[in-house]
Amino acid sequence: MFGGATAIRQRSIIPGFELSLGVTLSYLGLIVIIPLCVLLLNASDAGWAKIWAELSSPRTLAAFRVSFGIAFLAAAFNAGFGFIVAWVLVRYQFLGRRFIDAMIDLPFALPTAVAGISLTQLYAEKGWLGSALAATGIKVAFTPLGILVALVFVGLPFVVRTVQPVLQDFDRETEEAGALLGASRTNILRRIVFPPLIPAVTTGFTLAFARGIGEYGSVIFIAGNMPGYSEIVPLLIIIKLEQFDYAGATVIAALMLVASFILLFTINLLQAWTRRQQGG
Amino acid sequence: MRIEVKDLTKRFDHTIVLDRINLEIRQKEFLGLLGPSGSGKTTLLRIIARLEFADSGVVEVDGRDVGTLGFEERKFGFVFQQYALFNHMTIFENVAFGLKVRPRGARPDKRAIAARVQELLELVQLGGFEDRFPAQLSGGQRQRVALARTLTIDPQVLLLDEPFGALDAKVRVELRRSLRNIHDATGLTTIFVTHDQEEALDLADRVAIMNRGVIEQIGTPIEVYESPKTPFIFDFLGHTNSFDCLIHYGKARLGDKELAVEPGIPDGRGVAFVRPHDIVLSPPNDLEPTQDAKLPGAAITRFVSARGQWAAVELLYEKRLIEAEISRERLNELGLSIGDKCTISLRLPRIYAKREAEKQTGIGDRAAARPRFRRRQRA
Amino acid sequence: MVDHFSSFHAGPPQAARRSLPLTESAGARTILITIALGFLLLFLLLPLVVVFAEALRMGLGSYWAAIREPEALAAIRLTLLTALTVVPLNAIFGIAAAWAITKFQFAGKNLLITLVDLPFSVSPVIGGMVFVLLFGRQGVFGPWFAAHDIKIIFAVPGIIIATLFVTLPFVARELIPLMQKQGTDYEEAALMLGASGWQTLFRITLPNIKWGLLYGVLLCNGRAIGEFGAVAVVSGHIVGLTTTMPLYIEVLYNDFNFPAAFAVASLLTLMAFVTLILKTILEWRAEQRLARGRLH
Repeated sequence: MFGGATAIRQRSIIPGFELSLGVTLSYLGLIVIIPLCVLLLNASDAGWAKIWAELSSPRTLAAFRVSFGIAFLAAAFNAGFGFIVAWVLVRYQFLGRRFIDAMIDLPFALPTAVAGISLTQLYAEKGWLGSALAATGIKVAFTPLGILVALVFVGLPFVVRTVQPVLQDFDRETEEAGALLGASRTNILRRIVFPPLIPAVTTGFTLAFARGIGEYGSVIFIAGNMPGYSEIVPLLIIIKLEQFDYAGATVIAALMLVASFILLFTINLLQAWTRRQQGG
Repeated sequence: MRIEVKDLTKRFDHTIVLDRINLEIRQKEFLGLLGPSGSGKTTLLRIIARLEFADSGVVEVDGRDVGTLGFEERKFGFVFQQYALFNHMTIFENVAFGLKVRPRGARPDKRAIAARVQELLELVQLGGFEDRFPAQLSGGQRQRVALARTLTIDPQVLLLDEPFGALDAKVRVELRRSLRNIHDATGLTTIFVTHDQEEALDLADRVAIMNRGVIEQIGTPIEVYESPKTPFIFDFLGHTNSFDCLIHYGKARLGDKELAVEPGIPDGRGVAFVRPHDIVLSPPNDLEPTQDAKLPGAAITRFVSARGQWAAVELLYEKRLIEAEISRERLNELGLSIGDKCTISLRLPRIYAKREAEKQTGIGDRAAARPRFRRRQRA
Repeated sequence: MVDHFSSFHAGPPQAARRSLPLTESAGARTILITIALGFLLLFLLLPLVVVFAEALRMGLGSYWAAIREPEALAAIRLTLLTALTVVPLNAIFGIAAAWAITKFQFAGKNLLITLVDLPFSVSPVIGGMVFVLLFGRQGVFGPWFAAHDIKIIFAVPGIIIATLFVTLPFVARELIPLMQKQGTDYEEAALMLGASGWQTLFRITLPNIKWGLLYGVLLCNGRAIGEFGAVAVVSGHIVGLTTTMPLYIEVLYNDFNFPAAFAVASLLTLMAFVTLILKTILEWRAEQRLARGRLH
């Protein structure tokens, strides 16, 4: 007999379900799931007192403030400038457009340590930009401002790359219809063009933010890493590990992990929103 | 090979796609599975091919469950709707694929493969196209490559999913003929799925008409066209005019005739379905009885269009639009033009219970929605 | 439509544009382009220029010397070893995951896709640290490995595993949407012609997805070579033994050996260029294929 399709999966003529799913689950389990579970288990083993002590310590709180606050600012900065870059790349023709388009992904391709030392050198007091800024009294390297610069660099492609395709697929006939109905350019932009782009910009912002709070390599060189002032959470975790304070590191890491889960969930919702906007 | 489908049932989530299907396909038969989209015909074909699996029921080949047969024992050729030609391979490689993947012992040598590919490409009239890629062929040529590729495994059963669906009208008719010729020449048992009634009636030995997961009727093209068992089939196979009537003691009163209805149709409100070419027009006030059911009163001509030998006449009769198809000669005899009155008689009406007919065809809503906008044309 | 139509009849296109507000004024456009280019110059181009300027500050001679240091060569070797191990493993994983996810219908599929993507949303530092918790001296399996004299943390295996974690999604996430779009017709056709599962995979599926696979491999490779945070946690920074190129850069930089640090950094930057160029070529190819596909 044919035998009923099980509730778990539909039968298929294509072979290799057991093998491919087996490989996928074992690999994913060994490399990702089990290690992350161990982290969460270790954190819960630490006991509430330890968790509370760890999370309420001024140094930890300050690190979270720095990481989340600056990542938020950098993502907002990128939302604005990234939008302009995407707009210019899609809508205008100018010399070197394709080259610049390809360069946008540089922060994805360039190792973060390289970006870190290079930005530090650039913004250090003797650096090309640092010396100019020092004249106006602004210090970037080894201050929270330096972290902002590094996170702007790292998060730069996200907003551009989420807005670009939506803008490309944008039906320009709606703009023409608006123009024929007598709307001014400002009105067309504000009422016709911008609203459908909001989900994409928000998605890009959230992706940049999520990347920013976990970023390490590009930040530590330029941050100065002063506890309570310019120390980021990932660095604090490493410091605790190096001091063999595994419980402390684990608790902080677990909290970061939970934050990542929430952001991942948000991003999934945002992407569904973007797709609906595009489809509708 | 003889194929028997027994009590096949298939659900997707909670919708029943196939509801206890029973079907027998005879050896060397050319069977069309005809139905509107969503009727389950493609699913049935894919289950026969074992590309999908039923929840219950069996498919048997010469009395043996196909599930127990290995590839060698059930060589089913399948032609996909979009052909699924391997785009990275030449036409030669595409057709040779089925030979090259055979297990080492059963694999023909290079020269035998080349010869066989050559022979099959000649059969589908594509000799000389060996080195092209699928993207360089027209839709009709790709369809023929797909057919040739399927024939390499020497199938005894050929299954085609909407074989002409992606082609334009002219190519379609040509390919139909050549498919029929290949079927006749190779002695295959062939099943094809289509939503095009003309294609099914033109091509198949027998047609199985599916609707909502069941086979409503199976028979030769003439049988299903001339005696459609259900209002759905009547309506699906061609244009339909409907006339209300009353059924009393198993007889329907229709114009000046009383017609016996098929057993099983209950007394009460009935409906007579008539094809446009079975509407007979005569001058107004012509009361002379004929063998057709002559309707009282007159119809008003709304629109006339003559093309070639035939003329389509649209009439208004008792607030309903009627489509008639008469010969050009008859049109000239009647001298009909827009606004003229005439008498209608019905040849070969099929009587169904009105409730059934409305449920299956939506004929009730249609009468009101029917008038279409058309350009005015000379009569 | 309107634009073409009116420009066709009303003379020069500028005149037509002015009649309908279909784009920003020339002034606004110039300002926007200037802002965009200025932003990119500041944040993309200058850091790049700095890398090469600093690397070559002491001249070509010391540049070559810095790269030919035995420690530098060891770092390059370790980085290549890591990439050569990690990329094939993640490519195989990516193919298996995409096959399971796109060719079959089963419960929990969306959860699986989310899990595959998970390493992208986790801080790389955490990606490295979980392996310290597993294999470190105080870790879950630490004592067992220590007893068998197998070193994972502060050794090459740790570096490889941490890199596996961080780069795991790259190939899979390229292949899943691609194979979803291609459907299962080709595989079904091959199987109906008598091909075995492996024959179908190697002769039909892989040729169909080779460009997407290459794209994923490229990105995976770029990240594997450049990964810093995850590797920093598990490496122990033993120069010549467990320092990959990015870690070696850190060591040099912290020793104030800036020219050497930037010399090694320039190599990684060149690799990033190569990645970007190949990526652009692949994207261009995909666009061309799409455009050709639309013609049919």
